[in-house]
Amino acid sequence: MSLQAYLTLAAAVFCIGLFGVMTRRNTIGILLGIELMLNAVNINLVAFARFGGDVTGLIFTVFTICITVSEAALGLAIVILLFRVRRTVTADHLDLLRG
Amino acid sequence: MIGEPIVFWVLTVVLVGSALAVVLSKNLFHAVLWLALALTGTAGVFLLLEAEFLAAVQLLLYAGGVVTIVVFAIVVTERLVGERITQTNRRITGAALVAFTVLALIVSTVVRQPLASARPAVEGDLTRAIGEGVLTRYVLPFELLALLMVAALLGAIYFARPDE
Repeated sequence: MSLQAYLTLAAAVFCIGLFGVMTRRNTIGILLGIELMLNAVNINLVAFARFGGDVTGLIFTVFTICITVSEAALGLAIVILLFRVRRTVTADHLDLLRG
Repeated sequence: MIGEPIVFWVLTVVLVGSALAVVLSKNLFHAVLWLALALTGTAGVFLLLEAEFLAAVQLLLYAGGVVTIVVFAIVVTERLVGERITQTNRRITGAALVAFTVLALIVSTVVRQPLASARPAVEGDLTRAIGEGVLTRYVLPFELLALLMVAALLGAIYFARPDE
């Protein structure tokens, strides 16, 4: 398969994740969309690294995977904290900072 | 590899199908399970690209770790069992339009680029190359990553601590 095929697949997954981020009401659902988008980025990195014959992209994929996992852990901790304060995780109701 | 197009198309169907299920599923718990399938499909794509180490990391960290903590978060924050509120907001048409536009822009750019149509064969051991790269040229980002993970761990513990 050509590099274009892998990039198109990653673009499709990215846009589905984008759609999820824009439409989900639940904060956890939004986080799931973000996970999908970051996942598409990983596919891109690995595909470019393998087609370019350079190992750097693979090393950076290790970094992005670790950073994504940290992000998920922190994001969910914030969601749990929000739930404790506001008793809801629906993004529409989280308007504490609105003036 | 001769079977690569077949495997690629199967993985594409699995990945795109499960990704759509993640964003469209009514039940958030089902969405997480579909996400697990999508992440496993991504590990399959990594295997197809001969990046075995990354496929293993993907399965362990993502499909194992992230899915578990998301399930935890849902169990903790789900107040009423059986509560049926609509999971998507009213902007669904606009969001679909934006997503399609972005997809069309990316794909139309990608297909016009003179990109490689075949990849070079693997030289040596990719896992060994990753390990050597992480501990020589990229040792500083690697150490910063360790710092980031400690900070994230401490932050998550601090946020999720029990009330005094």
